[in-house]
Amino acid sequence: MSELLQFLFSGVTVGAVYALVALGFTIIYNASDVVNFAQGEFVMLGGMITFAAHAAGLPLPLAAISAIVLTAALGVGMNKLAIEPARGAPVVSLIIITIGASIFIQGAAQIIFGKQIHSYPAFSGDTPIGVAGATILPQSLWVIGGAVAVFIALWLFFTRTLLGRAVLATSNNRLAAQLVGINTNFVMTLSFALSAGIGALAGVLATPITLTAYNVGIAFALKGFAGAMLGGMGNPKGALVGGFAIGLIEALTAGYLSSTYKDAAAFVVILAVLFFMPQGLFGRKSTDRV
Amino acid sequence: MSALLSIEGLGIGFGGIRAVNDVSFSVRPGEILSVIGPNGAGKTTLFNMISGVYRPDAGRVVLDGEDVTAIEPHLLARRGLSRTFQNLQIFQSMTVLDNAVAGYHLRESGSVLADLFSLPASRRRAREAREGARALLARVGLERAAEREAGNLSYGALKRLEIARALALNPKVLLLDEPAAGCNAVETEEIDHLIAEVAKSGVAILLVEHDMKMVMRISNHIVVLDHGEKIAEGDPATVSQNPAVIAAYLGTEEAAHADG
Repeated sequence: MSELLQFLFSGVTVGAVYALVALGFTIIYNASDVVNFAQGEFVMLGGMITFAAHAAGLPLPLAAISAIVLTAALGVGMNKLAIEPARGAPVVSLIIITIGASIFIQGAAQIIFGKQIHSYPAFSGDTPIGVAGATILPQSLWVIGGAVAVFIALWLFFTRTLLGRAVLATSNNRLAAQLVGINTNFVMTLSFALSAGIGALAGVLATPITLTAYNVGIAFALKGFAGAMLGGMGNPKGALVGGFAIGLIEALTAGYLSSTYKDAAAFVVILAVLFFMPQGLFGRKSTDRV
Repeated sequence: MSALLSIEGLGIGFGGIRAVNDVSFSVRPGEILSVIGPNGAGKTTLFNMISGVYRPDAGRVVLDGEDVTAIEPHLLARRGLSRTFQNLQIFQSMTVLDNAVAGYHLRESGSVLADLFSLPASRRRAREAREGARALLARVGLERAAEREAGNLSYGALKRLEIARALALNPKVLLLDEPAAGCNAVETEEIDHLIAEVAKSGVAILLVEHDMKMVMRISNHIVVLDHGEKIAEGDPATVSQNPAVIAAYLGTEEAAHADG
């Protein structure tokens, strides 16, 4: 029993990170139908920049904030320099551009931060909290709390605010959105900033547990993508549930089967979703008018 | 009354072909001006230039005394120019009501924070937008479809929804691209009444339409295009008697003989 609980704790922790990545996918997908495969690099940058700033003498909270702001700015830069010039290109081309951006960011990070594995102290110490025979790290609570808080903020943003609804309108029909006075370029810029910021936050929160290196991004991206697919691409609730589900499946696979198959779990889920329910758990059925 | 929208020598070419060449006319508040012409005459291209979708390579568009040539569609919408499309531009997966509410986007100006915390002011604004949108839906006869997904509506209903959304912007100038295309006789007459009513409220209306009966019935002024050039203009009676117009539509006598 306590063994299962322990697996669940670790699954929820890593699932929260995947959920944040999946939420990042959701925002950009909603604004542009593009799946941004550089999403994982934002997570890596969040951890890396926090490490570097902290190592340079900045207090941890300040280092974390500067990492989020810098990464968000980088997301905007990526939109301006790589996505916007290709506006009008098919979505598949734009997705391939994001893969290119991902490789570029990874290479730059390798040069700037080196190949070592980095980390920094946990926010509230390393003393595990005992719950019914299992333990959970205080940092895990930070990660889980972060994912839930971001989800609630995003949900309110998309359902309640004019700007949030403008993002949804833009994704639905860009030309129609322009006609009702929505600045669709600004919507895209905002989406990349938000998405990159949220990715960076995931990195900032998770790094004390997962550690970081220049090449950790791609795994986060693929697993977050699996979560977003499972939940239904474009649906924030789906991203949250899907992300946590992938984390749990992974932890249970590692616990009860073998940790060798841990990474395979996410890909089995992607395949199962594509075969049996392409619209995911909460996705809309797409109907195209001919 | 002076012109609300003036088109001055507007032109555009695509790869050596002048799709529209040196077209000028103006519309006053409350006036219904129709642009007619055979297929491929450049009517929709003209509309796309006026509404900022295409960038003209010659001429100017003047809205309410300001040069608005080639400014982006979302900025034009803010200045009071609104349009519908021949091939509908609807938010397909939103409800009918939400489509109309989207038209209120410009009138609302709440801050993101006020919306996030659902402050009374932002709740009131949202309620006003919904009420206004419902009233507009009633005006176009769609009030009972308000909660349905727009993608499931009939073609004629979508045409009216697009007009409702355009009206939600509270436009000074409304461009309608074939509002009656694909509609049956009853629907066409409803759209007729709707357009006349909107014009009466002081909106300048620019209409592209193939239904000649409708055009002759509701237009105050008609501009005829052929091969991208303006070949005639005037009131419906004058234009329908104009030999150049008849030739453009029916072919010249020699051409008719040659064909026969």
